[in-house]
Amino acid sequence: MKAIIHIGLKSGVLDPQGRTIARSLAHLGFDSVTKARQGKTIELDLDTEDVDIAKLDVEKMCKQLLANTVIEDYQIEIVEQD
Amino acid sequence: MQSAVIVFPASNCDRDAATALEKITGHKPLMVWHEETTLPKVDFVIIPGGFSYGDYLRSGAIAARSPIVQDIIKKAGTGLPVAGFCNGFQILTEAGLLPGALMRNKGLRFVCRPQKLQVVNTQTMFTSGYNNEEEITVPIAHFDGNYYADDDTLKKLKRTGRILFKYVDNPNGSQNDIAGISNQAGNVLGMMPHPERAIDPLHGGTGGIALFKSIVEAVQ
Repeated sequence: MKAIIHIGLKSGVLDPQGRTIARSLAHLGFDSVTKARQGKTIELDLDTEDVDIAKLDVEKMCKQLLANTVIEDYQIEIVEQD
Repeated sequence: MQSAVIVFPASNCDRDAATALEKITGHKPLMVWHEETTLPKVDFVIIPGGFSYGDYLRSGAIAARSPIVQDIIKKAGTGLPVAGFCNGFQILTEAGLLPGALMRNKGLRFVCRPQKLQVVNTQTMFTSGYNNEEEITVPIAHFDGNYYADDDTLKKLKRTGRILFKYVDNPNGSQNDIAGISNQAGNVLGMMPHPERAIDPLHGGTGGIALFKSIVEAVQ
């Protein structure tokens, strides 16, 4: 199975890159954009059959390395493949 | 005084740090590769600047999980003096030895210039050689130097005198103009500016010398 992890800055943390992206979109005429936040996605291929164990494992990975929880939040999505 | 400089893949201030240590302590430091699991017996450790692991994932994130840093965490806990400059500061926050995080500069530019700092607290092992509120000039060179911590942490840092250096003219958006902080016990320093590059008048200034002399005095 696959784990897809979305990591982004916490809502209270200033995101200068996101702000610059929003401003650039406004320059291009996309008036509807009121805010942009930039994050990253990490995809992991996992050699396991058990979704619950996978979730627990990936949660640990996020806390230990993948996210810096001082400034970042993360969401984990487990995708079962055929 | 025996010291060590930790070397990661893509450290680039390790030799500057070694030169500064040799010039001021009179002894060549040990250069310790990041895959070592045990630090040799030393009185002081520098985690140097650079772009360890290419800044992959987050600046300092991978280096903070390397074997040698686990031993540094252990020994810092029993009082070993440790200083991280630039990428070294990022590694120390990622390793949990210092609070907060270093984020992308507010102006989204790599900033490389001589920087005026104010020494905020001179009652520490890293700053005793400076005068109170002294202004010094030390080079900065970083993309991720924007210090962030939550309000409680910032208040605590201020209240307990753990803000050691502040920017006079904030170059990167750091909260409270913070350029350098220490841990609660006072034996771990992290700062974005490069004192190891400010020890020779030919390099444009000597604002970093007093920092190294303070450490020598403290450990001898």
